Amino acid sequence: MTHDIYIYLLIMSAVTLAIRILPLTLIRRQIKNRFLRSFLYYVPYVTLAVMTFPAILDATRIPLAGGLALLSGIALSWWGASLFKVAASCCLVVFLTEMVLC
Amino acid sequence: METMTRRGFLMSHSRALKEGIRDGMPIALGYFVVSFTLGIAAKNAGLTPFQGFLASFFNNASAGEYAGFTVIAADAAYIEIALITLVANARYLLMSCVLSQKFAPDTSLWHRICVGFDVTDEIFGISVARPGRLDPYYNYGAMLVALPGWSVGTAMGIAAGNILPLEAVSALSVALYGMFLAVIIPPARQDKIVGILVLFSFFSSFAAVHLPVLMELSGGTRTILLTVVLSALAAYFFPLKETQA
Repeated sequence: MTHDIYIYLLIMSAVTLAIRILPLTLIRRQIKNRFLRSFLYYVPYVTLAVMTFPAILDATRIPLAGGLALLSGIALSWWGASLFKVAASCCLVVFLTEMVLC
Repeated sequence: METMTRRGFLMSHSRALKEGIRDGMPIALGYFVVSFTLGIAAKNAGLTPFQGFLASFFNNASAGEYAGFTVIAADAAYIEIALITLVANARYLLMSCVLSQKFAPDTSLWHRICVGFDVTDEIFGISVARPGRLDPYYNYGAMLVALPGWSVGTAMGIAAGNILPLEAVSALSVALYGMFLAVIIPPARQDKIVGILVLFSFFSSFAAVHLPVLMELSGGTRTILLTVVLSALAAYFFPLKETQA
């Protein structure tokens, strides 16, 4: 081992924190440009959707359990269940599905 | 006078703080499980529990840390860990831009730095879901439980290894996705364009995992690419009306 783990961690943390903090501190004003505002409005929905599917199918031991969790999560959120209820129900669906099929 | 403003300050922010802790709880639980498994990767890279704690406290990023640990395990050049962290975590740059617009313009530099310290997928998710301006204390509440969940989980994963039963890991691993759904689905119901965009994002993301060239990219890079392209298309074809957002 020729490299120091603490220096690795220092570099890694400095890069991560710069990425997270710089936009928040440098962009101090409301963006007026309509395209940019629309772009930033849509970003959260796209990025969270892209991270959820198909990744949820690989998170569980069998893809079907992840798929059922996805469907029940969508249905419950659609009918207005809270963040915690949706998250807990998804876990429960996976647990039950895998109990039956594994 | 001093006590009056102090009380007013506490009243207005303690609610946001409490709500942050409440919404941060399921995140912290999910984090604990995920970071526990991340700790196993950290152990293989030669980190002590204390080093794992530091890495997770200052990074709080699953893919970014995992990528970093592989560099450490390979004993590669320092520049490599800088580059791989930059690529794996670049999506936080976009999220930080979005959050900059949720702040009141006169929000102090310290609040901006402290909120920026812990912009994760999940904390970003719950903060954008809140109506109106972002109260930094909401984020502090969530960070108060999520950060220890993540960093202590990593340290314990290094120290204790694989003690959680497989069934529990599998079930708990979808908690984070459940939270994402709770954030994106209600607006998708209200705004037809957001709804179509979410469906289209699911479809594109699924396609990208199976298409040549795109499938070669890391998950983080694919996320950035799809986010930028799809959001730009939506912004171009369906710009917001002056009153929205």
